[in-house]
Amino acid sequence: MRRLSWFNVTSLTLGFAFLYIPILILVIYSFNESRLVTVWAGFSTKWYGTLLQNQAFLDAATVTLKVGVISSTIATILGTMAAYVMVRGGRFFGRTLFSGMIYAPLVMPEVITGLSLLLLFIAIGLDRGIFTIVLAHATFSMCYVSVVVSSRLVSFDKSLEEAALDLGCTPFDAFKSVTLPIIAPAVISGWLLAFTLSLDDLVIASFAAGPSSTTLPIKIYSAVRLGVTPEINALSTIMIGIVAFGVITASLVSKRNIARIKRDEQNALK
Amino acid sequence: MLDTATNTFEPWNDPAATPLIEFNGVTKRFGEFTAIDNIDLKIYEREFFALLGPSGCGKTTLMRMLAGFETSTEGVITLEGQDVAPLPPNKRAVNMMFQSYALFPHLTVADNIAFGLKRSDMPKSEIAGRVDEMLSLVQLTPFAKRKPHQISGGQRQRVALARSLAKAPKLLLLDEPLGALDKKLRQETQFELMDIQEKTGTTFVIVTHDQEEAMTVASRVAVMDHGKLIQVDTPDRIYETPNSVYVADFIGEVNLIKGKASPNGAGKVTIHWAEGQPALLGSTEETLGDGTDVTFAIRPEKISIAKQRPEAANVVEGTILDIAYLGNISTYYVKLSTGQTIKAQTANNRRISRRSFTWEDTVYLSWTDTAGIILTR
Repeated sequence: MRRLSWFNVTSLTLGFAFLYIPILILVIYSFNESRLVTVWAGFSTKWYGTLLQNQAFLDAATVTLKVGVISSTIATILGTMAAYVMVRGGRFFGRTLFSGMIYAPLVMPEVITGLSLLLLFIAIGLDRGIFTIVLAHATFSMCYVSVVVSSRLVSFDKSLEEAALDLGCTPFDAFKSVTLPIIAPAVISGWLLAFTLSLDDLVIASFAAGPSSTTLPIKIYSAVRLGVTPEINALSTIMIGIVAFGVITASLVSKRNIARIKRDEQNALK
Repeated sequence: MLDTATNTFEPWNDPAATPLIEFNGVTKRFGEFTAIDNIDLKIYEREFFALLGPSGCGKTTLMRMLAGFETSTEGVITLEGQDVAPLPPNKRAVNMMFQSYALFPHLTVADNIAFGLKRSDMPKSEIAGRVDEMLSLVQLTPFAKRKPHQISGGQRQRVALARSLAKAPKLLLLDEPLGALDKKLRQETQFELMDIQEKTGTTFVIVTHDQEEAMTVASRVAVMDHGKLIQVDTPDRIYETPNSVYVADFIGEVNLIKGKASPNGAGKVTIHWAEGQPALLGSTEETLGDGTDVTFAIRPEKISIAKQRPEAANVVEGTILDIAYLGNISTYYVKLSTGQTIKAQTANNRRISRRSFTWEDTVYLSWTDTAGIILTR
């Protein structure tokens, strides 16, 4: 092992401190006995208990999960289709415009996306609720999915699809039985990305939400305006835990897959 | 079909034979670029046909048109007398082996081979038997349950071959099938390919840029350049009687000498090629006008090299400039007084320590009047 130089150690420490000290403080204070957020009064898990009894928070969590699952599924289907057309469609009329427009929401301010969706929903007379949040989230997270999937498709050997056609597949069968299984990891990580985006979106959700459809970020935000409670710290800690678990699992799985494929290839060449 | 083993297989010389594939005035353009330029070609059943040419000559495009991945801009391609233009790739009795092998990484070797069968009319009960048959044909039975990344490059190549042969296509297309293998494995596999082609009786069309490979495996070779067929013939005729400077130069090594021809009857031609040098004697079946510009092409192995001036139809004198020792043969680069360098090849049937020539030696190169070929284009 190479020893790290003092410069590397310093930059690593600074970087990690910058990233994780706020989160660490939040996690520590979620176990605070005291009702006052800023005063430490001993270790306790009672705020996790009261959190589970708070029906408003639980309802908001249910709405958030529903919206997340449905919208990221829609976004994954649409985003994968769009990526496929852009990478495989060849040079059709309007391709450049189309691909530019797919990526535009990446740089569009969320307030503008939210406002324009709100205007649209009012114009077509759609009552705001879970359905409109799902639509809004699918719209803005679809472009992230298509970025992830198209980067996989670009490195995908086109002759695999041609081989499938050559062996008797219709174009749809070739996509289903060859392309999709191979790009599945990218599609899944696209779905996870869309789900995460939907989970923590506040701005667009607050434009698209109705009275009966408060998502967790909206709920937390409005609760914080009345003062930060240890309950919210506990809730945030749970969310951090869920996200960290997901990210770590995903990276471990892919790391193990890569290691296994490398090992197999080396064995095969012996 | 062959009646007896003694009959030679050359349906292209039989005017009554019906071709399996026929290209009729086929042209393919990509925008401004003409990839295939007005090609007429007939390929017969059971042939092992090689499309040979440098990269970008259109050989791959020609093959992809047979597979159905490209459509011709002009002209008609027929398979067993039927126009193939309206048929998509999945409806053609043609299978292709891809240069990258294109094995499905998520399927086992056996499932890769079964892939096409599952999408054919074959009853489910027969598929497993057919897969076993193909596995034993390419000697991969013990590897049936492996994934493509768990086997070696040579084994992958054989899986690709088995997969493309599994549906018993009328025509098998092979796109640079041996390009990714090292030289030794490539030579072994060439004979395996010929063996399998003979066993299955399938018509093979192979695309390659490796002339040795084309000469080894093919019954006929088509030499292509810039989207045109330059010569279509058997390997020996391509080598011994090339129809153009391009073909002579592309296939094997050759000495090219430019000169002016003057015929002197009975198919014999005198070629004047340099001031102060004796005219060369050659022969041709063509009738050439006096003073026609010609290129005299002669293969290095047809030139003898000697220290004493021999009695021969053509003798030139020069000094040895360089010797390329290849083990089995040596190529001598002999510089003439005209400044031209001529390559002569001899088999090293003696040990190198007893070699008769060395650098700067004055030597005589000689060849008969039928050793070379006179080309007009």
